[in-house]
Amino acid sequence: MDDLYREVIIEHYKNPGYRGHLDPHDIQFEDNNPLCGDHIEITLRTDEQGNVADARFDGHGCAISQASADLLMESIIGKPIEEVKKLSKQDVLDMLGIDLGPVRLKCALLSLKVLKAGVYGLGEASDSLVE
Amino acid sequence: MLDVNVIRKEFPIFQRETKPGTRLVYLDSTATSQKPLAVIEAMNSYYHHSNANIHRGVHTLAEEATALYEQARVKIARFINAPSAHQIIYTRNTTESINLVAYSWGRANLRPGDLVILTEMEHHSNLVPWQILQAERGIELDFIPVTDDGLLDLDAYTRLLSRGPKLVSFTHMSNVLGTINPAAAIIRLAHEAGAVTLVDAAQSVPHLKVDVQALDADFLAFSAHKMCGPTGIGALYGKMELLEAMPPFLGGGDMIKEVKLRSFRANTLPYKFEAGTPAIAESVGFGAAVDYLVSLGMDAIAAHEHEITEYALERLEEVPGVKLFGPSAQNKGGVAAFTLDGVHPHDVAQILDQDGIAIRAGHHCAQPLHERFGLPATSRASFYLYNTKEEVDLLVNGIYKVKELFG
Repeated sequence: MDDLYREVIIEHYKNPGYRGHLDPHDIQFEDNNPLCGDHIEITLRTDEQGNVADARFDGHGCAISQASADLLMESIIGKPIEEVKKLSKQDVLDMLGIDLGPVRLKCALLSLKVLKAGVYGLGEASDSLVE
Repeated sequence: MLDVNVIRKEFPIFQRETKPGTRLVYLDSTATSQKPLAVIEAMNSYYHHSNANIHRGVHTLAEEATALYEQARVKIARFINAPSAHQIIYTRNTTESINLVAYSWGRANLRPGDLVILTEMEHHSNLVPWQILQAERGIELDFIPVTDDGLLDLDAYTRLLSRGPKLVSFTHMSNVLGTINPAAAIIRLAHEAGAVTLVDAAQSVPHLKVDVQALDADFLAFSAHKMCGPTGIGALYGKMELLEAMPPFLGGGDMIKEVKLRSFRANTLPYKFEAGTPAIAESVGFGAAVDYLVSLGMDAIAAHEHEITEYALERLEEVPGVKLFGPSAQNKGGVAAFTLDGVHPHDVAQILDQDGIAIRAGHHCAQPLHERFGLPATSRASFYLYNTKEEVDLLVNGIYKVKELFG
């Protein structure tokens, strides 16, 4: 079964390395998945070169949504913001290493949606950001 | 008692495996029930032999289709002991039935400042229509609170009634907590305070003997698909004098007696509220579902579900980390909503699905109720006439598997 619940996912869900809230921060954004009530907040610090200096996520939800948020934070630290803007759905799926049905895909992509709305400075997170 | 082994053979879906090598353990009947062959065949036969539009033709098929449509209405009326079949209005579902009352009765009778009493345990379908009226008409909403045990606080209800509400609209049985509310007492008190009552019976009519005259309900709404019938059809029962006085809901064909370019005269009951070609095949299926439930006996169904629910609560309570919501089996229909420490309900449901066990996870269209208990979501297993204790055991084993995986 438990392809969906690979060890890496359970591990990042139970012991996230990047759960928290950065204060002060340069970028902050949060959103819900209205279907299941999952909630993700992301805070980032950037350096003078335009790289992500530090990143944290907070919130609640299923293992897929929380693990993908943790993996995503881990992956963007040190990266240029311009590169973060280009992250795609496939990048997140590669990190998770699983195939997901349409319902759980929304769980997996919530953190990316929130991250991209934040780095683009948008007022609202839209699904089109992660297509 | 029900012979569940025989019953299960009457539901074709139980022959399939949703995951290779597993049997389907369907514990989501609160969302929608499975359908017996008798219902599927009745609809099939309608399309094979009798399909035509109703109330419009004089040819044989049109007459047959009309007769089938109206015969089903009579069955439904008898099933809930309505005085007359004219008091059964076909709708799409419970949601549309409630919206019909809000739109037609509500707009004709509610004025700014009028109070409508709801409860904290309502499904969104008995909240949002009234919120829409609140925004449009300036009516006031207030809510009977839910106790920690998942019961309605009837003392608080009595206090709310002293404010002279125009309407009390409440669920007969909670789709999350399973609470069976004392509908007759709630209605009696409402009437003493001069209020009209609407019962959301989506979860009660499929599982309990519901008698609209014994309850003295003014309006009562339910859906076919939760009681072994098809999706796309439901019913609204109403007291004759209320329905007679109400303006039409949707406008169009069938709901009229006469139409001129600038005016129309509305049809008599129940057609006044049935605009356009309705769900005819579905009405036939609805009637067949009623026949099926009557053949088993509602008392036997309720007794079977009670036994399964009691067993399920007992087994689930034993699992460390499981927290159950709602009252004890005594006041409860076949619903077990629970959380599992450290595991999100979606993960619980997804892992159970790998073993062919279908439960629901989420807020079950009752977000305010989940907020009341401080939860974003719960897992929910629900039971119907075809479920067995063995399936409860498979559920409990599945939950142990989830615990192991999340260690």
